[in-house]
Amino acid sequence: MIHHMGTSDFIFMLQSVQWTLLLSIIAFSGGGIGGAIIALVRVSGDRTSRYLTSGYIRFFQGTPLLMQLFLVFFGAPIIGFQIDALAAASLGLILNTAAFLGEIWWSCIETVPTGQWEAAEALGLRYPVKMRMVILPQAIKIGIPPTVGFLVQLIKSTSLASIIGFTELTRAGQIVNNSTFQPYLIFSIVGLLYFALCWPISILGARLERRSATPTSRVSVQGAQQLLAGPTI
Amino acid sequence: MNYIFHFGAVFHDFDILLAGALVTLRLSAIAMAFGLIIGTICALGKLTGPLPIRWLIGCYVELIRNTPFLVQIFFVFFGLPPLGIRFDANEAAAIAMTVNVGAYATEIIRAGIESISEGQLEAGAALGLSGFQIFRFIVFFPALKAIFPALSSQFILLMLGSSVAATIAADELTEAANNIESRTFRSIEVYAIATGMYLAMSLGLNMVFAWLYHWLFGEPTGQGENR
Repeated sequence: MIHHMGTSDFIFMLQSVQWTLLLSIIAFSGGGIGGAIIALVRVSGDRTSRYLTSGYIRFFQGTPLLMQLFLVFFGAPIIGFQIDALAAASLGLILNTAAFLGEIWWSCIETVPTGQWEAAEALGLRYPVKMRMVILPQAIKIGIPPTVGFLVQLIKSTSLASIIGFTELTRAGQIVNNSTFQPYLIFSIVGLLYFALCWPISILGARLERRSATPTSRVSVQGAQQLLAGPTI
Repeated sequence: MNYIFHFGAVFHDFDILLAGALVTLRLSAIAMAFGLIIGTICALGKLTGPLPIRWLIGCYVELIRNTPFLVQIFFVFFGLPPLGIRFDANEAAAIAMTVNVGAYATEIIRAGIESISEGQLEAGAALGLSGFQIFRFIVFFPALKAIFPALSSQFILLMLGSSVAATIAADELTEAANNIESRTFRSIEVYAIATGMYLAMSLGLNMVFAWLYHWLFGEPTGQGENR
């Protein structure tokens, strides 16, 4: 039965935004934990664990998210887990997010200047203390802008959950379209709802990036070095 | 776990997967070529154009970058025909991919042009070079070098993202896998092999781009090393 899109259809799409948000939150928290483990193992682990973590990252960055979701969705029953679309989408997105955040955060830790590591070493700090008190506070500061940027990518990625049959925003749009057949209007609304979610985060990310690109701290470090080295003629 | 894997059924139809992979690469190459043209025009427009043009380009870039590619492809394939603009699935996929990558290319190219310092341009002008010569010799090559790594990873992202085009039945690799799956019911085997093919394509492209960078600019990118 074809009818025109009405208020109830719009409210249905609006409500489905909560599922998009829920998926994003699940993926970000689970993937954040996984990403932190990957980054720390890759920085401090032995050769084998370094190879394992970089292999993991290569796999998840080198294959389509859609394929990863299919593999989880069809693979889980084989190893004896009956999972629904939400669980499959959550697990797939968590594994994928862990790879991306692991890569981002690993490179942030690597960006902390070697002098900082050596200074902590010279102070005789043990590894966990060195990480917690010296390296990570600096790495986290570097890591916030790219992490916020990744959040936009993550929210957009949750749309793929619709393909394995989970009713989030994109699938809600498809469902409404099937009964109203006003695709131009409906996918415009769906797009604008995503835009309303993502754009503020994009702006925030860009602002944070600009702020961290202002090298005030580095200038003061150089100034201090010049003071220590005495006047240069 | 008492599932018995049957890869034979999939390898029997391996030529279908190969044909799909070729369509994936062809769609990505077409989209990238036109996306680079759009990106260059929009980047120049954003840097030098009048305010309304800059504003329009800004809207295009922000709209594309803040909505999912899946919704964009639905919009092109389902949304435009009622307005009288019709495409088959492959054309719709190519158009959606072009418009999508054009927006990302705009930002990358703009950043590349902005990375050329004012002093370089002034030095060019001081040497008596014309505007075109300055663009050709001072802006283009160093800017290309600066943005080459970003553009090559954008190409790989585009290629991987094109798997979404299976939802509108464009006959690329994922759609080929879906077809075999619906005929043989060997889901995990088909998707495992298709995933392996995507991985091979992205690692292969990564190597090609690293080699191309070395050939063009004469030094390794450091990409692919140590990653």
